Amino acid sequence: MLPDPSNPLLEVKDISLTFGGVEALKDVSFEILRGEVRAIIGPNGAGKSSMLNVINGFYYPQKGEIWFDGQLRDHMKPHDVARLGIARTFQNIALFKGMTTLDNLMAGRIIRMKTNLFWQALWKGPAQREEVEHRERVEHIIDFLKIQSIRNTPVGRLPYGLQKRVELGRALAAESKLLLLDEPMAGMNLEEKEDMCRFVLDVNQEFDTTIALIEHDMGVVMDISDRVVVLDYGKKLADGTPDAVRNDQAVIDAYLGVSSES
Amino acid sequence: MPFDCMNDTFPKLLIHNASRFADRTAVREKDMGIWQSWTWKEVRDEVFLLANGLATIGFGRGDKLAIAGANRPRLYWGICAAQCLGGIPVPIYADSVAEEVLYVLNHAGVSHVLAEDQEQVDKILEIMPDCETLEYVIYDDSRGLRDYDTDCLRDFVDIQNAGRERASKNPGFLQGEIDRCSGSDVGIFLYTSGTTGNPKGVVLSNDNVLITSRNSAAQDGLTENEEMLAYLPLAWVGDHIFSYGQAYVTGMCINCPESDATVANDLREIGPTYYFAPPRVFENLLTTVMIRMEDAGRFKQWLFDRFMEIARVTGVRILDRKPVSLKDRLLYRLGDWLIYAPLKNTMGFSRIRVAYTAGEAIGPEIFGFFRSLGINIKQLYGQTEAAVFITAQPDGEVYADTVGIPSPGVEVKITEAGEVVYRGPGVFQSYYRNEEATREAKNDEGWVMTGDAGYFDDNGHLKIIDRIKDVGRLNNGALFAPKYIENKLKFFPQIKEAVALGGGRDYVSVMINIDLDAVGNWAERNNIPYASYQELAGHPDVYKMALENIQQVNRDLVADRKLSASRIRRFLILHKELDADDGELTRTRKVRRRIIAEKYDKLIDALYSGADSCHVQTEVTFEDGRKGIIEANLDIMTTDVT
Repeated sequence: MLPDPSNPLLEVKDISLTFGGVEALKDVSFEILRGEVRAIIGPNGAGKSSMLNVINGFYYPQKGEIWFDGQLRDHMKPHDVARLGIARTFQNIALFKGMTTLDNLMAGRIIRMKTNLFWQALWKGPAQREEVEHRERVEHIIDFLKIQSIRNTPVGRLPYGLQKRVELGRALAAESKLLLLDEPMAGMNLEEKEDMCRFVLDVNQEFDTTIALIEHDMGVVMDISDRVVVLDYGKKLADGTPDAVRNDQAVIDAYLGVSSES
Repeated sequence: MPFDCMNDTFPKLLIHNASRFADRTAVREKDMGIWQSWTWKEVRDEVFLLANGLATIGFGRGDKLAIAGANRPRLYWGICAAQCLGGIPVPIYADSVAEEVLYVLNHAGVSHVLAEDQEQVDKILEIMPDCETLEYVIYDDSRGLRDYDTDCLRDFVDIQNAGRERASKNPGFLQGEIDRCSGSDVGIFLYTSGTTGNPKGVVLSNDNVLITSRNSAAQDGLTENEEMLAYLPLAWVGDHIFSYGQAYVTGMCINCPESDATVANDLREIGPTYYFAPPRVFENLLTTVMIRMEDAGRFKQWLFDRFMEIARVTGVRILDRKPVSLKDRLLYRLGDWLIYAPLKNTMGFSRIRVAYTAGEAIGPEIFGFFRSLGINIKQLYGQTEAAVFITAQPDGEVYADTVGIPSPGVEVKITEAGEVVYRGPGVFQSYYRNEEATREAKNDEGWVMTGDAGYFDDNGHLKIIDRIKDVGRLNNGALFAPKYIENKLKFFPQIKEAVALGGGRDYVSVMINIDLDAVGNWAERNNIPYASYQELAGHPDVYKMALENIQQVNRDLVADRKLSASRIRRFLILHKELDADDGELTRTRKVRRRIIAEKYDKLIDALYSGADSCHVQTEVTFEDGRKGIIEANLDIMTTDVT
């Protein structure tokens, strides 16, 4: 299914974000279409994570509009954004280390739970029925990410690559429309990276989830994303398919480096 | 169990089981975090839907259905569904690379494939252009396959739905097909993973598998109450007999683990009563237990050591139902409560009635450890060509160094040359499309050559000593079986590899590799400094340790009627580890005798001269491909054997 350009899932328009005198983002606009894998790249300090934090509701931009699912978004708290259908993972894993993989994933379901604290505490009737439904959903994700063998292992004991996978699982558990991945492959070895690529593509296809990711590994970005936004010093430098971006002179100069002959 | 001539095929037996065991659980699979189960009735319905569905895409009598994947209930159903239609299932090792799969598909003339998941489907689609007979690929797990735009791909569920429709229009069809099959029809092709050359397709009839399964199940008293974990490759004959043949014959429950990585955990959850594992698995388990015990507190260690000693003395006797004094019995009971039962529970062995191991020699220590805990682990000797069972150890007659007595209905004899040959109900029909190999392996009277050398000991138990082609004779005419001696040496943790020499010589000598981890540990504890493998290997104390091991082996050999002349007279410890990179071992770590004989001819000459030491220069290949020379003066030690 090709993404439909007339009906984007998320649109950021003229976003500017400053921290005191530092301009983290300056008049950045782009859109994320339904069903695509969208990459945000750029050198260190280019504003990639800031952009993700803006979309996520963690930062509120001084200027600009965010349109999600056809609606202009107000000033929102991150948990409200999450409820709206945006889930994310973090650059430095933010899991509950003492909890098992299963519990971490179940935690991702919390925003989807309907029964109130009273029923949850009572743990009978509707709460139990609901728990079973959520567990089924989570088991589906466990199967999908092939993490059955670590279901009951406390996350803190897992190797880094697996923790990343669990974090992706928790974001998936929220059943979001848009998944924000902040450097999902950072610090991984080649094999783990390949696995993660496979999972990102499969998530995109199997769960119909739109994905926006920040990544440093150019090979990975060019291979798995449909379109790429390039940021540099808070400004948008280029926007287009991986091929177009790769051949864009401004991008080559600023980020990919100038080849020695020229 | 009387021979059941009514149910002479698996589909017939399935119908029978669906009525006699109706609502008993036949299969479990861990999925979505819990054990999902199917009763015998449900299995019958699933298999019949699949069979009807296969008929809608042109699968019929004599067609071959390849089955590629791990132990999944649906793949087992595929085997039976193919047999319902008079077709032949051809299981394929899930980890085979594409070329190997292609060879099997082409050789067997496979028209349909039942594949587990995307990984298997990708492999099959890749080779499809080179496989003319292949028409359809059916997959069990649709994950990742949604966007595949290939005409020949079918979802398992869609095939079953088509089968449902066909069955309603043509209800008598399947029963008619099932009735047309009989016991003498070909039941399955099992491709043996040959170490050299292409794999051979062993053709087994329904009778081969069914009668062997019935006989062996009766011998061990297996019933429908048994629980079995199906975790070994589908394409391996053992799994076909244990998880399919014996399961259909007895009605026991087969449990499919969630994934490769969860087998240990699933084993524990299921607590099987009937279990098979190669020696390596038991070895690893023992190592894990020992390592974890080292981390335990001092009191627990003391308790463990104390009671394992009691178990060693009385456990096996109790298991073999031999007389044991009341005091020992009570002590063992106490040990069971404190140590053995919890330990068995951790390993998932709490409920085991019968466990088998086979494939290679198992160390007596390992064997003894599990038996002393009250786990009835036994050895069997088998081949694909025999539908597994040639010999097996009966309850109460279990010896670590034999493989038991001939299985029911099987005749075993030793040829003049010392080769083990057998015939019986399980003997294969032929190698598919390979007349020559069939004639080589099986003579007109139905005797099959095993290629193994062995003999019956005084208890009437078969002892396998080596491959027949490696067995030689000493100059005095006595039998010399290098692998037998090497295995005995390798059972010591300090000895990693050993090469025994003696064919056409006056006496036996060995060259040894020490295990750097084990001996290094020992050196550390005893304050012996060393800078390299070579230095440690040449240390007088290490030689002394090796000498003790060799004398122990010699004591064992003396007790052996046929091999007492093979006692080791001289030995040396090699200055480098035998390495596959240097061509001394195969990639599966088997000793390459010819190459070693050429490379170390000076050492071998020295072993058979009177010399006390020998100077040697050896070329070695480092891991990065560079080559270098190692030089050493090796001591040669003489034992007290004359």
